[in-house]
Amino acid sequence: MKTLREVPIKSTVKVVKLHGEGAVKRRIMDMGITKGVEVYVRKVAPLGDPIEVNVRGYELSIRKADAEMIEVE
Amino acid sequence: MDKQIRIALAGNPNSGKTTLFNALTGTQQFVGNWPGVTVEKKEGRVRGQKDVNVTDLPGIYSLSPYTLEEVVARNYLIEERPDVILNIVDATNLERNLYLTTQLVELGIPVVIALNMMDLVKKNGDSINVEELSRELGCRIVEISALKGDGVDEVVSACVEAANGTKTVPQHSFSGSVEHALAHIEESAVHDLPEEQQRWYAIKIFERDDKALARLDLPEKTLAHIEEDIKAAEKELDDDAESIITNERYVYIANLMKGCYKKKNKGELTVSDKIDKIVTNRILALPIFALVMFLVYALAMGKSISDGGIAIGTFLTDTANDVLGDAWLKEGSRAILEGWGVAPWLIGLISDGILAGVGAVLGFVPQMLVLFFMLCLLEDCGYMARIAFIMDRIFRRFGLSGKSFIPMLVATGCGIPGVMASRTIENERDRRMTITTTTFMPCGAKLPVIGLIAGALFGGSTWVATSAYFIGIAAIVVSGIMLKKTKMFAGDPAPFVMELPAYHAPAMGNVLRGTWERGWSFIKRAGTVIVLSSIIIWFLTSFGPVNGRFGMVDELYEDETVVTEEYVASVSERMGIPEDEVEPMDDSILARVAQPVSVIFKPLGFGDWKPTVATVTGLVAKENVVGTFGVLYAYDDQDGEEELEENGDQIWDKVAEDYRDFSGGHGKLAAYSFLLFNLLCAPCFAAIGAIKREMNSRKWTWFAIGYQCGFAWVTAFIVWQLGRLFAGGANVIGLVLAVVLLGLFIWQLFKPYKEARTLKV
Repeated sequence: MKTLREVPIKSTVKVVKLHGEGAVKRRIMDMGITKGVEVYVRKVAPLGDPIEVNVRGYELSIRKADAEMIEVE
Repeated sequence: MDKQIRIALAGNPNSGKTTLFNALTGTQQFVGNWPGVTVEKKEGRVRGQKDVNVTDLPGIYSLSPYTLEEVVARNYLIEERPDVILNIVDATNLERNLYLTTQLVELGIPVVIALNMMDLVKKNGDSINVEELSRELGCRIVEISALKGDGVDEVVSACVEAANGTKTVPQHSFSGSVEHALAHIEESAVHDLPEEQQRWYAIKIFERDDKALARLDLPEKTLAHIEEDIKAAEKELDDDAESIITNERYVYIANLMKGCYKKKNKGELTVSDKIDKIVTNRILALPIFALVMFLVYALAMGKSISDGGIAIGTFLTDTANDVLGDAWLKEGSRAILEGWGVAPWLIGLISDGILAGVGAVLGFVPQMLVLFFMLCLLEDCGYMARIAFIMDRIFRRFGLSGKSFIPMLVATGCGIPGVMASRTIENERDRRMTITTTTFMPCGAKLPVIGLIAGALFGGSTWVATSAYFIGIAAIVVSGIMLKKTKMFAGDPAPFVMELPAYHAPAMGNVLRGTWERGWSFIKRAGTVIVLSSIIIWFLTSFGPVNGRFGMVDELYEDETVVTEEYVASVSERMGIPEDEVEPMDDSILARVAQPVSVIFKPLGFGDWKPTVATVTGLVAKENVVGTFGVLYAYDDQDGEEELEENGDQIWDKVAEDYRDFSGGHGKLAAYSFLLFNLLCAPCFAAIGAIKREMNSRKWTWFAIGYQCGFAWVTAFIVWQLGRLFAGGANVIGLVLAVVLLGLFIWQLFKPYKEARTLKV
């Protein structure tokens, strides 16, 4: 299973499935990361975490620990 | 029209909601808090409209039950049922903004959309088919520019019209199996509710939203029946119910976007993207961040302009202090009052008690306004989110957020604005944690205390001052890790994802308003607390029973029939000082109370009344610790602080000698323990006032103060007891207790920890 965490920067992936449950999953989905959406990984923060992605036309910062819950292809 | 119209202003963070609210209401605003929570509540009357009021809801992305802001907003919408919802939508970020819209239209309340920043969309060469969008969503859309004030009047009249018109009916529908389940739920569970509210509740029941379910209190049997329908839909769509709904909302919006939104330059970088490429660049981000922080600090709290620095804040505050300070406020008022023939005790109360205290607080105001101005600037232009992005990795390890950096930095200057700067932290848990720990940083007023101890007992060694900063940082780190594992902080889930809003030129109106709001709240709240505490401390140090008579000690000591030689001898014995050093203050209530209270500090090595009095007066302002020592050790002078500087060595010797005496020869250790306690314990009253304001809860304020004092006590206890082991002469019981407490610290630090997943409100 490939997750958003492993995606190299400056590449675009498609979300396959979201793992996890409850508040965390809902929050990620509320921000627009849902099944089938394209996510562009823009950069990694200077200290290595979190990462910055572009989704649905805006910039979103997400921790690597949470990016791990997002299965991509 | 006699009916009052209530508008609820809802929208995403960074959508221009505050700007629109300001444009709508002008100066007629009332700022408060939502009941029981620290989320700010703003209400106001719409300009030029007598009967139209608007309530600013917190900026939210969704109406989920998981964040405090969202729960506050939806509770207001469900319980108060405003006449119309004004939904501000950022046209440059249409897709995600409309997600909230799809939820708002389900509430059965008329919705008007204010489509903000259309000018930017047009500038980018994109286009939005507003008519089509309006038809699809089933509500009126007004194009506005909140910043320029365009379209605001039109929005108001649209809201008034909508309030008197029909309820908005949601136009979107979910997939077959979901609608099937929703129909069942509507039929079996929410049939008794008003028709327009049924849809919203049905969807919430389908999502298994615990807060909506608790509100409805459905019978077990109905729930079990509904559960079957939900399970069937979940099985068919292979996801949990909540995610199905979220997913389908976005699918619907994506389809909507295809029909209404035309993007011209796909993939091309915007100006904001270009700025961000440099500002959060892997290599440049940290130096730029350091530079920005340096500028904020240097401009507000650094070296004053008059001393060759660039700090406008320090310069203004120094000037204000010269004017408001001793010369003008204290001495001036004294002269005037004396001229009027006012009773001496009243002059004392007004000049030394109230005005000196108020002056001390007001003197800080210019500096704070400069600081708040810059913080608002950072917030408004979008850099604050980048600070969190850059610093998050470090701070989240100890239960704080990347945004906790600013309060901590500011607190090295003064704890009050430090605590107040925590307001930019959205997550309540992180904010409380930041407020509780931020005053551990040694503030400017603690520096003289550090200087006193370093000078008196450590020969002016610089490592004492350096260690104070390390202790401050260590206390924050240790507290953060320990507290995040406690029940009190375990309840709310931490932020996991954060929007990085596009940079834009700050709107000066917003920045100035924000600056003033924070400044005013400082003056009001911290002001009242410090006035009260100044009066109390003044009373406690000025009054006392002298040889059977109660009154102002200074006056009674002038009367030789009261203060007889035998009496002086008895005081000298009680306080353990030579007869010729007996001072009026030794008979004050504070000195008398301090004597028995000092028992608390016995296990810390400084259980003597003088350090106890110094600690108590330190609560008024930390630099008072030095002043009090001056008063207590330099008996022939009333103005302790000055005396201490001029005759420093002499007094330091006295302090050192005294410490050696009461600590049984471990003067340095006792002094260090005293320093530790005073650095870490509750901050001054003004900062406590700020804590109370920001916590907005008696319970949490007391928790913070209690935790700080407890942590300070335990730390000093461990250092004193373990220290004596190495210095020789350890107390067995104390040593055992110290080891146990240290063990508890370490256990709490390394105990495994799991992040909570539910929100308790």
